Amino acid sequence: MLGFGADLLWADMNRLLAFLFHQGVLDEQFLQLQQLQDHTSPNFVSEVVNIYFHESEKLLNNLRSLLMEREFSDYKKIEIHLNQFIGSSSSIGAKRVTSVCIAFRAASEQDNRAGCLRALEMLEHEYCYLKNKLHELFQIEQQRALAAGVRYPMQHQ
Amino acid sequence: MSVNGRVSGSNGRLSSSKMKSWKGNESLHVSNSSTTCRWKLFLFWVFGVVFIGSVWFIFSSFNSKHLSNESACEKSTETLLQRYNVSRKQLHALVSLFSGSDQILSNCIDERRLQMLLSSGIINTPPQSVCPKNHELQKERRYVAEFIEQCPILDDFVHTRLGLSFPWKTYVTLDSPLLSNWLNVLFCGKVLLGPYWNYTINLSSLVKGCCWVLIGIILFHKLCGFCLLRKSQKQKKVVKKHPAAQQKRIQHSMHGHSKASGRWRKKLLVIFLLFGIFGSGCLFWYMSSDIAQRRVEMLATMCDERARMLQDQFNVSMNHVHALAILVSTFHHGKHPSAVDQNIFGKYTESSAFERPLTSGVAYALKVLHSDRVHFEKQHGWTIKNMEAENEALVQDCIPENLDPAPIQDEYAPVIFAQETVSHIVSIDMMSGKEDRENILRARASGKGVLTSPFKLLKSNHLGVVLTFAVYNSELPPDATPDQRIEATAGYLGASYDVPSLVDKLLHQLASKQTIVVNVYDTTNASAPITMYGTDVIDTGLLHISGLDFGDPLRKHEMHCRFKHRPRLPWTPIYVSVGVFAITFLLGHIFHAAINQIAKVEDDYRQMRELLVRAEAADVAKSQFLATVSHEIRTPMNGVLGMLQMLMDTDLDDSQMDFAQTAHTSGKDLISVINEVLYQAKIEAGKLELETVAFHPQAILDEVLSLFSEKANEKGIELAVYASNQVPQVVIGDPKRFRQIIANLVGNSLKFTHDKGHVFVSIHLAKEVKNPLDITDAVLREGLMNQDISERTCNNTLSGFPVGNRWKSWENFKKLKLMDESETIQLLVTVEDTGIGIPTDAQSRIFTPFMQADSSTSRTYGGTGIGLSISKCLVDLMGGEIGFVSEPKIGSTFSFTGNFRKGETKSLDEKWQQKYNPFVSEFRCLKALVIDRRKIRAAVTRYHLQRLGMSVDVNSSLQAACFCLSDTCKSSMSKQLAMILIDKDSWDNECSILYAIKKQRQNGIKEDTLNFPKIFLLANDLSHSERNELKSAGIIDDILMKPLWLSVLIQYYREKVFKLENLLIQKRILVVDDNAVNRKVAEGVLRKYGAVVTCVDGGKAALKMLKPPHNFDACFMDLQMPEMDGFEVTRQIRYMENEVNEKITGGEALAEMFGNVSYWHIPILAMTADVTQSSNEECKKCGMDDYVSKPFEEDQLYMAVTRVFNFGS
Repeated sequence: MLGFGADLLWADMNRLLAFLFHQGVLDEQFLQLQQLQDHTSPNFVSEVVNIYFHESEKLLNNLRSLLMEREFSDYKKIEIHLNQFIGSSSSIGAKRVTSVCIAFRAASEQDNRAGCLRALEMLEHEYCYLKNKLHELFQIEQQRALAAGVRYPMQHQ
Repeated sequence: MSVNGRVSGSNGRLSSSKMKSWKGNESLHVSNSSTTCRWKLFLFWVFGVVFIGSVWFIFSSFNSKHLSNESACEKSTETLLQRYNVSRKQLHALVSLFSGSDQILSNCIDERRLQMLLSSGIINTPPQSVCPKNHELQKERRYVAEFIEQCPILDDFVHTRLGLSFPWKTYVTLDSPLLSNWLNVLFCGKVLLGPYWNYTINLSSLVKGCCWVLIGIILFHKLCGFCLLRKSQKQKKVVKKHPAAQQKRIQHSMHGHSKASGRWRKKLLVIFLLFGIFGSGCLFWYMSSDIAQRRVEMLATMCDERARMLQDQFNVSMNHVHALAILVSTFHHGKHPSAVDQNIFGKYTESSAFERPLTSGVAYALKVLHSDRVHFEKQHGWTIKNMEAENEALVQDCIPENLDPAPIQDEYAPVIFAQETVSHIVSIDMMSGKEDRENILRARASGKGVLTSPFKLLKSNHLGVVLTFAVYNSELPPDATPDQRIEATAGYLGASYDVPSLVDKLLHQLASKQTIVVNVYDTTNASAPITMYGTDVIDTGLLHISGLDFGDPLRKHEMHCRFKHRPRLPWTPIYVSVGVFAITFLLGHIFHAAINQIAKVEDDYRQMRELLVRAEAADVAKSQFLATVSHEIRTPMNGVLGMLQMLMDTDLDDSQMDFAQTAHTSGKDLISVINEVLYQAKIEAGKLELETVAFHPQAILDEVLSLFSEKANEKGIELAVYASNQVPQVVIGDPKRFRQIIANLVGNSLKFTHDKGHVFVSIHLAKEVKNPLDITDAVLREGLMNQDISERTCNNTLSGFPVGNRWKSWENFKKLKLMDESETIQLLVTVEDTGIGIPTDAQSRIFTPFMQADSSTSRTYGGTGIGLSISKCLVDLMGGEIGFVSEPKIGSTFSFTGNFRKGETKSLDEKWQQKYNPFVSEFRCLKALVIDRRKIRAAVTRYHLQRLGMSVDVNSSLQAACFCLSDTCKSSMSKQLAMILIDKDSWDNECSILYAIKKQRQNGIKEDTLNFPKIFLLANDLSHSERNELKSAGIIDDILMKPLWLSVLIQYYREKVFKLENLLIQKRILVVDDNAVNRKVAEGVLRKYGAVVTCVDGGKAALKMLKPPHNFDACFMDLQMPEMDGFEVTRQIRYMENEVNEKITGGEALAEMFGNVSYWHIPILAMTADVTQSSNEECKKCGMDDYVSKPFEEDQLYMAVTRVFNFGS
């Protein structure tokens, strides 16, 4: 039964990934990212994703504060933020976040504040969802790594 | 005119036949369907031939008969002439007697003869007489007899005859235009009258007539054929217009029509038979009547001839007697004393008896009045004796002395002189016999010879007549009255004729006396004719009566002629008519059989049509059923598959998963089968339409290859594709269907090929194979050489296993040779395998849907057997043909053609170039050497390498290639020879040599190793360990796994030869991006390829880093950055670099100061999310070298990096 748990975790992980792919949350860029992860940089994906979370939260805060301003007028700034967001999102393959960002950008281009707010909410929602799912994924991966690393089978929870 | 008579008879027949032929034509015109027409034409032909034959036969028989008639005529004329000559002798005797009329007569004869010749020459014969010459001859003979002294009348006759002949001639000439009118009016009539016409004019041109007939019939046939063709075309058009609606109607009409035509034929046959019977009857009647007529005529001729001769002879004798009378009058009464006494008379008459061969005796009686009786008796010394009271007096053998003295009468006519033979009648009073007395009285009154009625002659006891001439003692005027004559009468000369002997003698002279019986009658008393000659009458049918004129107007004589025997049965006409009858019946039988056959065939044909219609309907129904059912199955099946998929996603244990997967696979298989069936149904329903899209045929081959390569590798089969260099890069057609066909064939080939051999797909232009002698393509040439069975085992196939002969697979293509248009391209695709082959008996049905070679096949190999059928349908849709050649245990070769249009090379090239061109340009100047024993395999390898743009040399062994190899090395041209590809088969032989060379190279010029051509091994399947083993030997650089195709090769070269690692390894790269995530990702990617990456987060930092001198090899720059965007940064960098470069070139600063680099230009690649043309141009404008999309795509990255580094170096 050696490696049984790891196999199961591997399957779990794959299933989760497939689910995310199916829902359109992620795209193949994420897989490419995974391929970049090798012995030299075993935690490449989680590193990148963590940076992404860090950056994204900053950007989201900025966007929210920008939109919450009483005399809001700086759409340009919003666009710059959004471009950043789009770039990083597409780099990790967060497909849905990217598309919401694009919609957001379109709204901001039209100076549509209400639309921007709606889009921001959606973006936050998508971002949270992605974050949760990715956290889940990394958790499983960690467990898998652990399971693969130990010599004895471990019951997974 | 016998000939005309016959011809008119045959004319009747001809007209009937003509009618018949017209009827035939009518039936012909009525006919509609082409088959019946053909039959009718044939029938018409047969009829025509039969008619010509019969006409020919009849005419020839008539001809010969006519000729025989003619010859018979000639014969009889000859005999007649002979007879005539005979009678002429007698005439000459007459002439000698009447010298006065001599000259005239001879003239007359001459003229008559002349006329005869004329008449026979100009006019053949008047109608209704078999042998007119005889007739005329006979007539004229009579004329001559009658008008010996009146020759001018004969001349008149000649004139009339001649005059008569002219109207006849005009009749003939009138007849001919009439005939020619007929000819013009009736085409067929012309044909059939032709012989008649010619026969009338010239019998010898009958052959010509027949030729005309034939030509006519041929023309008619052609005409009919043309008409029918047009009609059928029309019909076809009509059918095309409303095929469905009209089909039934046509069938119906055809049905009705065939029946009607069948009835027509039956009627025609009956008419033909009736005509045959009627004709043979007519023929019989005509011929027998002809014979009878000839018989009658012969009898008449003979009888007349006999009568005439008898008459002639008698007349001659009579004249002699007359002469004697004159003699007596001259010498007895004219002289005193009389110069004649009994003695003299007796002697003279005795000695001149030869002149009167028919008279038995001549006697002279003196007219003695009663007053002179005593004186007379005294003078002569005897009394006048009386004849017997009874009539039989002369008959009895009497003695004059015993007779009583004549009783007292007014007048006596005692015989004073008598010929010796009748000297017993001297002194008998002729007046005492009643007959004689009458005779004497008549004779002296008329002054002419007078005959008694026949009576029995004295002594001879024969029937005889007595001719009496009166002798006058004074000259009488020619118009003397009877009283004057009686007054002048001096005596009477009598001569007795022995009629039977006369006739006997006469008949004896003539030929064919045996055939007829002659009776001569005295018919003065019409009610009781007296037989003068002849035996009892036996009625033998025919009787001919000829009048006899013995010069006595009061007495009438007749000659009755009969044949001795009754006529025999006319066998010739019986034979002929029976023959004609039999022929007619035989023909009738034949026609009947033919008609029955036709009817049967037509019936069968109709049934077949019905069955065909039903079969087609059933087929359509089947297709619809299949389509419906397939669709109905597919819908729930999708549900099943979806559910299975979901089931597999749930938590299943191993065995459950296995079951579910099996179920899923099976379901998928089922769906694919159903799809195929649907597809087939769709094609059969004609609902499939082909696309017209530009595509690369070579790419299609690659796709197919990639599709099946895995399977082929699994089975250990070599799979290869090849396209001739004449096949254009781009064609327009339906790539999907094209691929489908090839995939079908390849799939089949793979299915039926076991773990050996190969499957080989090749594309050629159809016109390449048109001329086998003019083949440049290596594969085709090898295929051509492969025709010889003995060479099968040689290495000229792809895998070395024997294959079927590909040339035979397209042998039956019909369109292959026809296609010669510039716009259309006909591609010939051949799929060759070394599989189990198709059993010979199954080869005929492999294109039938659901039909595999045998039922065991589907058990062993699976599949529905629909693939080939679909392929065939698709090929048909493409306007091509499909064929194959297969030998069990050797393999099958399938070929098909498809028509495509020439495509513009540009239309597809953009995509193509985007995808492959960089690599192709990469390989363009490279040179490769392929070493392979098998030419085809080498050709395949070369084909693939050439597609990459390499120039390729092929050599069968390294040994041979060695020389040129070392040569290139020596002349340091090795750069050109970039690689050597060696097939695994050749490897074992070559590796030692190669090893030696390699070692030598490595030892010799160590630094040049990189430049030494890379050596690749081409292998089909190798285990991992084998691969490692070969690699570890250090000879080869790498192993290329077959099958080869373009993208594989490119992939391979990119990975193994020109991969990013090679380009980027140990390169120092600066990544400029403000986005930490992007930075990280880019760093990760580039590091993966071995680059040393430094990241900065902004333009300013980048400028600081890139200020020369620095040691970066490249820079990836994000375009959108806060503060300073990528363009600005690049511009500043370039500005800096320019300053430095100017300094260096201007000598203001040494290159050593800037890191020993003489020219500074760092490649800058933009990273952008939107790869558009405008941003691309902007990049170039501000001094960037290239751009890559963000996130990185490996291909693009590779291309960009390649370009940049090539440029940089």
